[in-house]
Order: sequence, then C-alpha cells, then structure tokens
Amino acid sequence: MKIHEYQAKELFSKYGIPMLRRRVATTGQEAAQAAQEFGGRAVVKAQIHAGGRGKGGGIQVAASPEEAAEFAKGMLGRNLVTPQTGPEGAPVRQVLIEELADIQRELYLAITIDRTQQAPIMLASPMGGVSIEEVAASNPEAIYSQMIDPLLGLMPFQTRSLAAALDLQGDTARAAGQVMTALYRVFVENDCTLAEINPLIVTGDGAIVALDAKINLEDDSLFRHQELQELRDPSQEDELEARAAELGIAYVKLDGDVGCLVNGAGLAMATLDVASAAGAAPANFLDVGGGATAELVADAVEIILSDPKVTRVLVNIFGGILRCDLAASGVVLAYQRKGSNLPLVVRLLGTNVEEGCNILRESGLPVTFADSLAEAAQVIRESG
Amino acid sequence: MSILVNENSRVLVQGITGREGSFHASSCMAYGTNVVAGVTPGRGGQLFEDRVPVFDAVAQAVRETQANVSLIFVPPAFAPDAIAEAADALVPLIVCITEGIPVQDMVRLTPYLAGKQVRLIGPNCPGLISPVASCKVGIMPGSIHRPGRTGVVSRSGTLTYEAVEQLSSLGIGQSSCVGIGGDPIIGTSFVDALRLFNDDPDTDLVVLIGEIGGSLEQDAAAYIKEGFTKPVCALVVGATAPPGKRMGHAGAIITGEDARADAKIQALREAGATIIPTPADIGATAQAVLARM
Repeated sequence: MKIHEYQAKELFSKYGIPMLRRRVATTGQEAAQAAQEFGGRAVVKAQIHAGGRGKGGGIQVAASPEEAAEFAKGMLGRNLVTPQTGPEGAPVRQVLIEELADIQRELYLAITIDRTQQAPIMLASPMGGVSIEEVAASNPEAIYSQMIDPLLGLMPFQTRSLAAALDLQGDTARAAGQVMTALYRVFVENDCTLAEINPLIVTGDGAIVALDAKINLEDDSLFRHQELQELRDPSQEDELEARAAELGIAYVKLDGDVGCLVNGAGLAMATLDVASAAGAAPANFLDVGGGATAELVADAVEIILSDPKVTRVLVNIFGGILRCDLAASGVVLAYQRKGSNLPLVVRLLGTNVEEGCNILRESGLPVTFADSLAEAAQVIRESG
Repeated sequence: MSILVNENSRVLVQGITGREGSFHASSCMAYGTNVVAGVTPGRGGQLFEDRVPVFDAVAQAVRETQANVSLIFVPPAFAPDAIAEAADALVPLIVCITEGIPVQDMVRLTPYLAGKQVRLIGPNCPGLISPVASCKVGIMPGSIHRPGRTGVVSRSGTLTYEAVEQLSSLGIGQSSCVGIGGDPIIGTSFVDALRLFNDDPDTDLVVLIGEIGGSLEQDAAAYIKEGFTKPVCALVVGATAPPGKRMGHAGAIITGEDARADAKIQALREAGATIIPTPADIGATAQAVLARM
C-alpha cells in the first residue's frame, strides 16, 4: 500500500527524523496562510501516490502567499500527470506547503528488502534528487549499500561507513547516522517494503533534513497495523482495483479487451500470456483465489464486466477446492445481474467439470468451450 | 526414487483441526501419504479421523510418532511461530502452505532456520508430491499426477497443476513435483530443487516454471549452465504484467530489469534450457525434448 508524502512525514516525525516546517492545505487560502507563516515564500507540493511530480508541474516554488494560493488552486481538484501516472494522471486533493530549504547537497537514502540476500538493505548515494533507477543506470558506483542482519538490526558501524561514503564529517555525519537508524526503525516497526528519503539534504549550516518522504507498506502486514490501514486513499487507486481489493480479489487493470477470470496467480499470469500469444490484449489480471464461493466469483465477473473496454471474457478455472460448478454459477449470476451478452470462452478443468459446463450450456449465454489452454488460444485467435 | 519425500516419510500436520488443515490432511491420507500426527495447541489428546493422534506441541508429536515431515496450515499471523516450532523440534522437512505471512517475519526466520538442519518449502506454496512414492504433502489434486521420470518445480500452484495435467495427458509421468512458493522470501529456491533432481537417478528431465519478480530464475540459469546434468524445459509467465504491480503472488512484482519475464527467459535460454513458448505448450515441449533423448 502506498501512502502520501505528508503521511510518510507524519510517521517520520514520530521517529525524530529532522524535516522542514510544513502544513497540509486543501484550499488556496490555507496554502497562503501557511506560506505567510513560513515567511512568505514556500514550496507547494501536490500530494499524489506517483513519483515524478516535479516533472509534471506538481512541485512549485512560490515567492509570496498570493502565489502559493495560486499554485495550490492550480493543483487542487485536478489530475496531475507525471511520467509515472499514465495519461489520466492522479487526482490532487491535498497540497503540502513547506518552508524553503537552504540546500547545499542532495543525498539519497532508502531501505528495502534484498530478495537475494533475504535481508533488509540500506542504500545511500551522494546523487540525490534524481530517481535512483537513473543513478543505477548512469553511475552504479555512486550507490553504496549495507546489508542488515535482521537479528542484529542496523549497527552503528554501518551508519558510520555509509556516512563516510557520502563524504560527511563531524556533526553532519553523526546526524546522518541518526537519520539512518531512525529510518531503519520506521521500516521495521511499520512493516514497510520501502522507506525512502530522496533527497536527504545537507543545509548550508551542515544540518541533515529529509526533504521528501516515501513509504510503501506491505499489504500482508496491515492486519497488525490498524492505524496504518487508515492512511489508505482509495482516490489514488483505480476504481475497479479498489473494489476488488475490498473483496479480497487480486485484480490488476490492463489496457486490452479480453477480460480474464482465473483461479491462482500463476495460472492467471499464464492465461494472460496465452491470450497475448494468440494476438489478443488482456483487459485485466484476476485471481479469484482458491476458496472462492459462487458469490465471490460473481463479484469478480461483475468487476470484469464493469470495465468498458472489455468485449469478451476468457474463463480459465482449474477446479480443485474451487469447484467448476460453483465457478460456472458465479459467471451466470454476474451476467444476469449485469444483463451482459458479451461472448465467453470457457476452459474448465477438474472437480465437477461436467456440472459446470452444463450450467453454462443451459444458461443461454454465448459460450464457446475449450478443453485445453491451446484450444482456448485458438478460439481467441479466431474471434480476433 | 523421488526427491524430499518417499515411502519412509512420516507426516505431521500443524493446524490439522482447522478447516483447511483437516480437509487437506484427509486428502493426503486418501492419496497414500503416511500422516502420523497432527498438532493444534489446546487440542492434544484428540484423534483425527479416529486414528491420527493430535498433540499440543510439535516436539511432543515428533517424540511420540517419529514424524519427519511437517505440513503447515496455520493462518499468516501464527505461521511464523509454527515454522519456528517445527524447526526447533528439528523436523528435517517443513512445508508451509500459508499465504500472506508478513515478509519481515520471514526475514527474521531465515537466519534462525539457517542455523538448523532443516529445510523449509514455501511459504505460499502448494507443497510437493511424489507420485512414484504415493506421497502427497500439499494441496494439489492427486488425481492429475502419474508416476514417471519427469520432475516439476514451480513458483505457482494452479499453474503447476496445469503443467502436470498437460504432461499426464501426453503420458509423461512425474517423479516429484515441488511448488517452491510465490512469496518474495522462500525457504527452498529453484537451485536447491534442481540440485536434488540432479542427484535423483529416477528423474530424466525437469520442467521449471518461473514468473516475474526477483531473480531466482537467473540463479537457476547459472546453475543449469555450471552443474546441472539433465535437460530442462523452462516457462516464465508474466510477460504481460505492468511494472510495479503485484500480480497476485506477493513475489510477482517487477521492480527492476532482472524481475522481467524476458530477462529471465533470456538467461534460461543462454544456459541451455529449452524455452516453452507459451503456457499452452508445456506438455508438447517436454514431449519433444524427451523424444530427442
């Protein structure tokens, strides 16, 4: 789960990470008041879940409270398009007004899980302020890392080593070490998959300040973080994806026209690949799960049918615990509720496959049956 | 022969009195698996299906039944404790089916397990099955499997069943099938499973099924190039997945170049694996490779 910059900063402040004075605004007037409080000049930052905000005009430096209000009004209530949002952009409902910083250096600091080493890793770079992917591509030697033993935690010698690599000295190095230690605590105590400060700045008088804050929370850990669940902002998510998530259905919206209903994540990815290889573009990834009921299958199919781009539906169910007859009933139920008549390609296999096929046959829906994935691909190709 | 489990496997089921645990314990027993014990804290003294003793603790179950495999069906919040308990009792093979264990719990468990002579399969996996030994330690439908000489290793559940269905329908039986799990941090990797297949005289060919996310497939490719002596047919799914989106499995997310399907396929191809063109061609590709052997 992603959260906004202002929410991540509220979390950071609980751990003592130094930041600038800032205020969340939802109107131009609030933005002007905040800028006034910070001495007139301020930065106005659109709050959306995607990165690349600067490139999309979502970060503006205002020279006066009036200008802060103007920038805020230009952002609020609109969709901001950045290189990471897609062409529709993401809606801006809050802006963060922050005082101006005296930036001497821009650094990068982050923690994530290294899957190969199966441990947390802290990354640091003297090349902050640009995306770390760009640094990795252009200057991989400028990224320093420390693998963290999960039983020991981040040790002081590791923070000293990173601070030295960043060419920091004296009090500045010590302050950076404290930020690293605090960031590790943020990461562990909130079950983050990513905690990132980009840039972490060194000010003219040698202070260390987190100018930005990015936190991704692990979905599978949210059950033990009631307070973090409340940070969710469904307005930043695709509407259908948000509805699916509420139902516990793994659904990812794609750009094509073939709606896909599958049980199991691997089989779902495989089904999309089969459709693509047959020259069709999948409209979605959807794993309805192993223990689904007919009702849940119906909800899943309704989500598929709610996507206006969908012109046909491919069903691939390997019946086990999810019986084919239940899956078939769910499909029929959703078609009835939606009054849909879109063509179906259905491949059922496993438990109660005959019953499932009969339910679909007797429903009167426009179903073409396939016995195998290869046959399903053939039908998709021919229905082009 | 088979890998990991055989006729001497004595299976204990953690969470045997739960809905999923009891359903699958029965199904494993019906397949021929020797389920010798169950563990559910607070339910010690009961009998499962009138014959399998249920214990309060894993150590006690191991002491009294000599169980040497544990199959775990415990909800995500309690599964790390269940895995650690099995490791503490030195159960040599621990198979965790549970999906949704917090990744940082797995991060902390990994060094703990590394200090013990135990192997973890999963979590978030369908388990494993050896049709040649009539032993199923997992949730896969036993009926689709046929005894034979092809090994299957996969990060997925239902896609593994799809692969097995295609193989069996062409008369290609399996020695062992292992689902290593769809989470970012798992106990047994492709390389670990391939090493076991390499040493198994009754496996001639391995079908490897990978997916986007991480770099386990590249590690497998390096090992196939260096030391694996048998032919490999490889499929990597998720070519259509957009970057940064979790495709169901917690581990199936594109976070960098290595995590992409095309990078994995290229590594496996360069290592000499036969690439399965689409998921519809698993059986046919294996059949063609077997015909050339």
